[in-house]
Amino acid sequence: MHPGHFFSSSNVLIVAGKGGVGKTVTAAAIATAASRAGRSVLLVEVSGRSGAAPLFGADSKGYEESVVFEEAEIDGVRHGSITLKSITPDAALMEWLETHGFKRIVSRFATTGMLEVVATATPGIKDLLILGRIKAFEDEETYDLIVIDAPAAGHAVGFLRSPAGVRDAAKTGVLHRQAVEVLEMISDPDRCKVMLVTIPEETPVNELIETSFAIEEELGVHLGPVVVNSVLPGLDGLEHNVGTLATDADLDLTDDERAALATAADFRAGRLALQAEQLDRLSAALPLEQVRLPQLFGSSIGPDEVAELATVLSEAIDALPEPEDDE
Amino acid sequence: MTGFAELLAESHVVICCGTGGVGKTTTSAAAALAAAEAGRRACVVTIDPAKRLADALGIGELSNTPTVIDGPWDGTLAALMLDTESTFDEVVRRHAHDDEQADRILGNRFYKNVSGTLSGTQDYMAVEKLSELYSSGEWDLVVVDTPPTRDALAFLEAPKLLTRLLDNPIYKIVTASNKGLIGVANRAAQGVLRQLARVVGATVVDEAVAFFQAFQGMEDGFRERAQSTLALLGDDRTSFILVASPRGDTLDEARYFLDRIRAADLDASGVVVNRMLPSTGVDAKRAAVIQMRLADTPGADAATALADLTAAAADDDDRVADLAESAPDAVVVRVPLLTDDVHDLDGLRRIADLLTA
Repeated sequence: MHPGHFFSSSNVLIVAGKGGVGKTVTAAAIATAASRAGRSVLLVEVSGRSGAAPLFGADSKGYEESVVFEEAEIDGVRHGSITLKSITPDAALMEWLETHGFKRIVSRFATTGMLEVVATATPGIKDLLILGRIKAFEDEETYDLIVIDAPAAGHAVGFLRSPAGVRDAAKTGVLHRQAVEVLEMISDPDRCKVMLVTIPEETPVNELIETSFAIEEELGVHLGPVVVNSVLPGLDGLEHNVGTLATDADLDLTDDERAALATAADFRAGRLALQAEQLDRLSAALPLEQVRLPQLFGSSIGPDEVAELATVLSEAIDALPEPEDDE
Repeated sequence: MTGFAELLAESHVVICCGTGGVGKTTTSAAAALAAAEAGRRACVVTIDPAKRLADALGIGELSNTPTVIDGPWDGTLAALMLDTESTFDEVVRRHAHDDEQADRILGNRFYKNVSGTLSGTQDYMAVEKLSELYSSGEWDLVVVDTPPTRDALAFLEAPKLLTRLLDNPIYKIVTASNKGLIGVANRAAQGVLRQLARVVGATVVDEAVAFFQAFQGMEDGFRERAQSTLALLGDDRTSFILVASPRGDTLDEARYFLDRIRAADLDASGVVVNRMLPSTGVDAKRAAVIQMRLADTPGADAATALADLTAAAADDDDRVADLAESAPDAVVVRVPLLTDDVHDLDGLRRIADLLTA
């Protein structure tokens, strides 16, 4: 599937996964790949933590909105801009109150702790209003694609369940209407899809499988391809007898080094076998396409690594089949 | 403090914090098991164990009482999987003046929101359960596995969750008008409540008011309880342990955590770094040379495996060493990467050994 096609197949991509699977990095790579496909991208963080800024070489301290990549033409290809935005639950609630006729009472609500009562009285309201903000961005059509770095899985299900919850709790009024509108957005695959992220290990794979059923069957939200992060590159020749290697290469290896080669080869083979087992299990349990990103060997992940992952991601998307209902 | 075994031996309470995906639940269970092996009566409160670990511990379902796990240790090992809502119900019953008051609260929808969905409730109930187990006198050590959180010390705020709600003006307004203080206060109250109703709907406000009214007379009990729980968390024999992995982001979290611990004037505790890659014993430069020289030979892949592992393990070591250096008063334990998830007691015992080695 052509990346340009893929990144215009939905207005909103929600990137969700268990903590520690590289969700933020994946969201950054998706945003970068979409930008290269010419889309202007808004990358939204909802955790109140600006983990994405350093991934674009930007300052992570206290921004609300910042353009980390300006629209540009590189080697004759138009790259769309990338804008980061942080929406915190409290800010979403305050802003919603302000823009829905409660302007005068917002500051009073904030200082008296009334917001807490509002939030407690209507569980899910903050999550709903974050999604409401995202829907507003979608309506404005300022950006071609909105990528959301969602709360960690588990929380992601709650996050996506919030519109239905609020719709049922607040039977009428502006809040009810907001919930219905957001629900329309998240359940329409032409407008919104969820991309789940995992790593090829037992517990994260289990959690991904559970989450995907909850999201698709219970919530009726559509899933895009699964991103499997940190996939160790395969090596076929690990079983070669390392005892003879030194003579082959005319290299003086100490006994310790020979042993280390054997140990490292075994260790890698063991991890590859476990990884293959988990990838197979994932394929068997979930009929979703998989996009695999390599494990990066290096001390930290920054702009270069994100660029590298974006390249792999684009290639992997390119290799995906075109959806059947698409001409 | 010299090592993890000593830290465990000197603690009555161990609280394991950290982000998700770093093996926090397994570390918590292994810490309790290590204490049982040292002859103590240890109980671990888990939040959301992976299924196979829960099965290994014999706690496949939510429970509110510890399940004792038999095994070849001198002490006692028990585990429970926290049932947040039932624990909250128990707390309300304990503080209520009579069944009628308790029932009124438990049946209220606003209360159900607080006990079921309010963020922080899980932490709050974990602390409550900890407090209850600790004061029962049945346990020498209670280990708590906390919910994943970005702020490792959010746990310290947890006991105040309900009292913070009770400090709310609505509570004061509602209870004041109940006591017959009509007039200015009541008119203000009506105003606030009307505004609130415009936002969330009248039914929702009625439920909230009913909740606050039903709560009257219980607030002092809850405040005292919060105070004593906070005292327990700040006790010398309560240790906070951050569970991390050698990845940069979780180690940053660990550093932040240690700073917070110090700022909160709590006892310096420990950092457990799981998933450490094994050392190859070969210098990274030499590994790169070997990789270059063996390229295009049948040993190329083995050499790549060696170079990858050596470089990655060295990076891990450097990052963890930096952390240990910046926190000389904390115990830093390195636990090697295991090739499989822990799913039986033998696996858990192996981790307990690694923790206390």
